[in-house]
Amino acid sequence: MSLEVENLRVLFDTPRGKVWAVDGVDLTVGPGEVVGLVGESGSGKSVTLRAIAKLLHAHATTTGRVSWRGRDLLTMPEPELEAIRGGQIGMVFQEPMAALNPVLSIGLQIDEVLVAHTDLDAKARRARALELLDHVGIAAGATRLGQYAHEFSGGMRQRAMIAIALAANPALLLADEPTTALDVTIQDQILRLLLRLKDELGMALLLVTHDLGVVAQTCDRVAVMYAGRICETGTVRDVFRHPHHAYTAALLQAMPSDQASTTRLVPIPGMAPRLSHPAEGCAFAPRCAEVLDRCTTERPALITQGSRTAACFARATQ
Amino acid sequence: MGLRTKLPLILGCVLLGVMIAFAVAPDVFSPMDPLAFDYDALLAPPSAAHWFGTDQFGRDMLSRTISASRIDLQIAIFAMAGPLLIGSLIGLLVGWFGGVADAVFGRLADLVVTFPFLVLVIAIVAVLGPGLINMYIAVALVGWVVYAKLMRGEVRVQRSLDYVAAGRVLGYSTSRVLFRHVLPNAVRSVLVYAVTDMALAILLGSSLGYLGLGAQPPEAEWGVLIADGKNFFDTAPWISLAPGVAIVAAGLGFSLVGDGLASLLDVKR
Repeated sequence: MSLEVENLRVLFDTPRGKVWAVDGVDLTVGPGEVVGLVGESGSGKSVTLRAIAKLLHAHATTTGRVSWRGRDLLTMPEPELEAIRGGQIGMVFQEPMAALNPVLSIGLQIDEVLVAHTDLDAKARRARALELLDHVGIAAGATRLGQYAHEFSGGMRQRAMIAIALAANPALLLADEPTTALDVTIQDQILRLLLRLKDELGMALLLVTHDLGVVAQTCDRVAVMYAGRICETGTVRDVFRHPHHAYTAALLQAMPSDQASTTRLVPIPGMAPRLSHPAEGCAFAPRCAEVLDRCTTERPALITQGSRTAACFARATQ
Repeated sequence: MGLRTKLPLILGCVLLGVMIAFAVAPDVFSPMDPLAFDYDALLAPPSAAHWFGTDQFGRDMLSRTISASRIDLQIAIFAMAGPLLIGSLIGLLVGWFGGVADAVFGRLADLVVTFPFLVLVIAIVAVLGPGLINMYIAVALVGWVVYAKLMRGEVRVQRSLDYVAAGRVLGYSTSRVLFRHVLPNAVRSVLVYAVTDMALAILLGSSLGYLGLGAQPPEAEWGVLIADGKNFFDTAPWISLAPGVAIVAAGLGFSLVGDGLASLLDVKR
């Protein structure tokens, strides 16, 4: 495994009290693997990703272990972390307009990564920048390099962001809802682009999304998150066919499928909880249709069964 | 943006352009030697020979005002640059790191703004002794607070944006993220304020000059020129006219350019 997350917890100290945004997450991403991290808004999936990249601000307390090639990122000294971030681990954000520096040209932003993480000279860096734009499907690279983020369209901005993230050939790309802010047609292009680049460059991809359709289309494995905890992991095929967690099952029933015209969508009642304290039992119990007595009092552990894991009493006994 | 909204900016640039031209080459624009005495024209009223009259030694007021513009421009620049540099750096650091430094800064800033600006500057100059250098020191000691507060607010907005997170996740050091990414994005409103602040700096320099705390004779400065004319105000009020007009024009020029830049760069104030 190249990325191994063990018992990751994130506690936010807010003016309205403490919030357990991530409550003991275990997650692995192997070399060249595409893992989807799905969940509703507020399930802690984006916070998990940012905690892995060590991007959370001072009011967040992160504990646990985020091990990258055997070394813990959370306790690593700053200079070593700087070499890994950008060099071995790249990240793509949801809103490319906000994630690109508005006052630096795209060319300068690519160049800066190459200066930080490679030994290339100025000429080689420019050649590499042009090659990167070509890779991500931005035409007229020589002109585009001198332009600024506001001169790009939404889809082109995300392509530029991906080019920047990939400049130093990272082995793992963290993607935080990379297609959510884009048109549906552009979404598809960007996902295809990410998959093509993954194959060409042999990198792994950890994709955070709330869109099960995106997961089905792109991922090898999926981890379902609810209220700061992982409910279930497994191959996309296994999890989508036979969910081992009641929450996953409910999510899938709420998703339109190919037979959408003939089957009714079943919404999940209620709201995701505010995580002002860790739930005593299963966090999904109050909204669960399959809830058992012990679900409200006892926290289900993530139990491994072959290549998949699940933390559900109701479905484990079936 | 139409001509109508650009007009103040253009007008301001013209005013400042004239002032800078005067400051760079006063000899070219002065009709006569600003220091030459003319005993045939003592306290002469405005005429074709002396557009703005002469003072008690027969010196041409227009020429004196033009040659004084160099010092006033210098005041505008240095009385702005000190607070700008110190304040921006402090604002950048406390805005980014927050915590104890930010809390200390907040109290210190509150303490400084409690005093009226001019009173505090005059008090510091009075302690250090009159002169331009001491005036710059006093202005820097008091004026940095406004810049620091502006910068701190901007930095706190910028640091939560994703391009900062993107910079960090690309493996850039804190100083690199701060100075290459955050600073250029946060500095815009500070620079706009700085241009407007130069108008105030000129007024301040003239005020202190008038009070005898700023530029010292023989350095001619507009405030000093006005003070010179004070004694003859009943008989020769024109002595203070040219430097007075110059101060108003320069102040207006900097204000118009500042406002024009603010709307051009879409800085909210």
